[in-house]
Amino acid sequence: MSSVDLNDRIPNNVDLASDRRLQRALEQWQPAFLDWWREMGPVAGAAPEAYLRTAISVDRSGWANFGFTRMPDYRWGVFLADPEPDRRIGFGDHRGEPVWQRVPGDYRAALRRLIVIQGDTEPASVEQQRHLGRTCPSGYDLRNLFQINVEEGRHLWAMVYLLHAYFGRDGREEAQALLERRSGDADRPRILTAFNERTPDWLALFMFTFLTDRDGKFQLHSLAESAFDPLARTCRFMLTEEAHHMFVGITGLARVVERTCEVMRTHRTDDVRPFGVIDLPTFQRYLNFHFSVTLDLFGAEISTNAAGGYTGGLKGRFHESDIDDDHRLDHATYPVLQWVDGAFRRIDFPALNALNERLRADFVADVETGLGRINRIIRSFGVDFQLALPHVAFNRRVGMFADLDVTPEGAVIDGETWRRREAEWLPSESDRAYIRSLMPEAVTEPGKFANWIAPPSRGINHHPIDFEYVRLD
Amino acid sequence: MVASKVPAVAGPDLESMPETTTTPLHSGRDPIDVRTAPDRYRHWRLHVEGRIATLALDVDESGGLAPGYELKLNSYDLGVDIELADAVQRLRFEHPEVAAVVIRSARERVFCAGANIRMLGGSNHAHKVAFCKFTNETRCAIEDASAYSGQRYLCAINGTAAGGGYELAMAADWILLVDDGSSAVSLPEVALLGVLPGTGGLVRLVDKRKVRRDRADFFSTTEEGVRGRRALEWGLVDEIAPSSRFDAAVETRARALAATSDRPRAARGIRLRDLERRIEGERIRYRYVEADIDREMRACRIRIEGPAGASPADIDGLVPAGDAFWPLALAREIEDLILHLRHNEPAIGTLVMASEGDLDAVAAYDAFLLAHRAHWLVREIRLYWKRLLKRIDLTARSLLALVEPGSCFAGFLLELVLAADRGYMLEGPFEDGGAEAVVRLTESNFGCFPGVNGLTRLEARGLDDEEAVSRARRQIGRDLTAADAEAHRLVTFTPDDIDWEDEVRIALEERAAFSPDALTGLEASLRCPGPETMESRIFGRLTAWQNWIFQRPNAVGERGALTLYGTGARADFDRKRV
Ligand SMILES: [Fe+2]
Ligand SMILES: [Fe+2]
Repeated sequence: MSSVDLNDRIPNNVDLASDRRLQRALEQWQPAFLDWWREMGPVAGAAPEAYLRTAISVDRSGWANFGFTRMPDYRWGVFLADPEPDRRIGFGDHRGEPVWQRVPGDYRAALRRLIVIQGDTEPASVEQQRHLGRTCPSGYDLRNLFQINVEEGRHLWAMVYLLHAYFGRDGREEAQALLERRSGDADRPRILTAFNERTPDWLALFMFTFLTDRDGKFQLHSLAESAFDPLARTCRFMLTEEAHHMFVGITGLARVVERTCEVMRTHRTDDVRPFGVIDLPTFQRYLNFHFSVTLDLFGAEISTNAAGGYTGGLKGRFHESDIDDDHRLDHATYPVLQWVDGAFRRIDFPALNALNERLRADFVADVETGLGRINRIIRSFGVDFQLALPHVAFNRRVGMFADLDVTPEGAVIDGETWRRREAEWLPSESDRAYIRSLMPEAVTEPGKFANWIAPPSRGINHHPIDFEYVRLD
Repeated sequence: MVASKVPAVAGPDLESMPETTTTPLHSGRDPIDVRTAPDRYRHWRLHVEGRIATLALDVDESGGLAPGYELKLNSYDLGVDIELADAVQRLRFEHPEVAAVVIRSARERVFCAGANIRMLGGSNHAHKVAFCKFTNETRCAIEDASAYSGQRYLCAINGTAAGGGYELAMAADWILLVDDGSSAVSLPEVALLGVLPGTGGLVRLVDKRKVRRDRADFFSTTEEGVRGRRALEWGLVDEIAPSSRFDAAVETRARALAATSDRPRAARGIRLRDLERRIEGERIRYRYVEADIDREMRACRIRIEGPAGASPADIDGLVPAGDAFWPLALAREIEDLILHLRHNEPAIGTLVMASEGDLDAVAAYDAFLLAHRAHWLVREIRLYWKRLLKRIDLTARSLLALVEPGSCFAGFLLELVLAADRGYMLEGPFEDGGAEAVVRLTESNFGCFPGVNGLTRLEARGLDDEEAVSRARRQIGRDLTAADAEAHRLVTFTPDDIDWEDEVRIALEERAAFSPDALTGLEASLRCPGPETMESRIFGRLTAWQNWIFQRPNAVGERGALTLYGTGARADFDRKRV
């Protein structure tokens, strides 16, 4: 492929046309990416055309260009948010110094690792979701799935761009490795556990995009504060796309709940399964599962890595500049929930070491807000049921609660009790089988929706809901 | 290495001088300059008479390199050793006729009291380490002259030889001790100072002189040392003679040593003229070497220029060319630069070596050195390169070699690439076209320049594969491009022009980011694989222990033995064994 072709095929604002090194790296990587996409991307039958948004520039008119695209032909681009003039490092030991346009040697390995971990989640979620096209509840939803998938693909491109442009040979090797790990593969798993879980059905997809993509939002926000400016700018642009994924998540969950409540009101019953919709207790169990698994993604409560990343200026806090403190945290403390002497207590730790915990708390607050919206829908139907987030110590695999058995209400129980009651709190195999039974095949006829979900309140890009968002030949 | 009863002298507090990028290690007045010549010596008198040269130690008490100490009792500092190293070097080049060298003291009843303790006590750690390394290299150079160059050394101990004084003696082929009932050889470092005889003393005692190790233990913990007959019986000296017959015994023994030498009687030496060096800001310039210091990267980029003209047509052209002969001139310049950086630029942690010139011309010089290897001066030049390369191996700086188009790494010059911790060679031409980078192996790379472990640098890179060296040997004379050079283990990485700049920058940045101490330990360990030799034990085992002890409170703490020496106060040791 000539460099002209490449530049045309890869929309970008990183001056790819005049960067031979980057061109060559991407030239070699792109075919491998397409192979990966064909092998691990969405299973979509006979290459449908989907009404997709493609970013061709970072300005208002450029980042959301809609049109019909066959997915392997999607133009994955490389975009950085516009540079802020005279941007300064906002936290840590280098606070006040100009941001870095190159990777300083001292932080090379740490930065590369941050980028690789973020980058690894992007293709992982595509792999997790690849079979969902077969069971979509509507063409509208199928289109949204594809949109998320291509954008996760683009996020992978964004991270690969950083690896190629700034990390030399080992950057290229890491970029290659991002295509070689596989979600759920015993030998070459994705780096983070949550990204090795399957996303087996559409309820799981909406939970994932509501919760796990929201973890992505918080990680991206803290990386958007980075002293390494290209990383910060990349993440800022990714956040605009991530917002859509979370939109798909919360509206998807809201539509599920709306449909269920409709049935409950119409038939005056809690026993909704005979009517082919998702009962709220099952919904709650899915929520419990996805919430707890996502909490693990934030890492250990007390972390020297996080401290090092902060003092080095690599990864900041959520909305760092809005926080009113010295942005160094040398002497600050932060209360961390711990299980001590038979009770959960908040204990002060050096704030630097508690940054993961702080980001997790910001995340939980954000999820609470979203869940409030869904609970309002339930109330609006006069249904007497409230969804609730489980206790943060519930079902954890990472951090200091990993060894505890804790109920969603926060009671610490013994292992025997946990095993006996687990099915009350986490989706059982029969729950999952039931959910799968609701989704026997793809619903794609324009304007039609599966029975278990309500239509959205509006379509994409001002098109009506019954617009043909995916053209299947 | 040490010992002298030097009274405490008031002087500036050397230890508190900052170790900044511009302050030399020694915290003295001027940068340390190793360039000297006999007419400027303050501490040694060099006298040549026929086949015998005498180096008489007569230390100028007030001639210390830094203020704050007096060099009493023929004790030495780096300045004294710089002159000794210069003399040993000049004897080889300027005096082909000299077959034996006598080291003795110009003083009555005192030979040498070793390294000056006030100087050591007042020096920062980095200077102590650099000082010991240099003095060790000088002693190894003496042994090298004897073993390979036919210049045999006799040490005539005509008085007390304590610590470094006796260690210096042990570098000689023969030690003759005056048997006057009082002159002793001793290693009092452990007993008096809480440090080691670190200038090779402990190793040479058992490795070279093969003193029984239990006696060596006793000897090395006995402040007053051993005299006369017992010293002889224990193998601490080779001969004893009463004062009345001492000079005659020295004369006889010197002649006997000279008789074993193959040095030419009638050859004319060459003069090693003062080395031209200009320091202009961050640039250090010689005739064939130019070095740029990059303080931000904590690196020094060294460019070596190939020969300006062709090598002499025949051997008769060599001596007239003298020190202008390119391989010799280049070796002197590189050595001076390395020593300058070692002693004056402690924060410059990475040396990046590149070359520029005509590969064929370098290969022609290399062939000249091989063809005429029997000639005394050619032999000296080749031995000098061997020592220079060892000095580079022993330099506590990261070494990177860059092989780019237009470079001229062939034969002996290629050893610089093989000495590097990492070699980068450009694959293919640069973007603007032009030639590819090539290197060339010659016979020189297969035995002329062993490192301190006795292995050639190629052997050290092929310990896993017995065939690797012979495969490389079959490439002699060929122009090897990056892929070949990598396959034959001459270079580490072969980025192409697109990656070149980035890879090199990353390597430098990474190096600059690591702990300098960890790098020193890492490089010293990896550069010296395979077998041990006496030299490798001196520079590895003994030096490492000494440098550790130099950091410990038992030596240098407020109540440490080295700190308190000469004050009358007793050291207060932390008794825990580590
Ligand atoms: Fe993403
Ligand atoms: Fe996402």
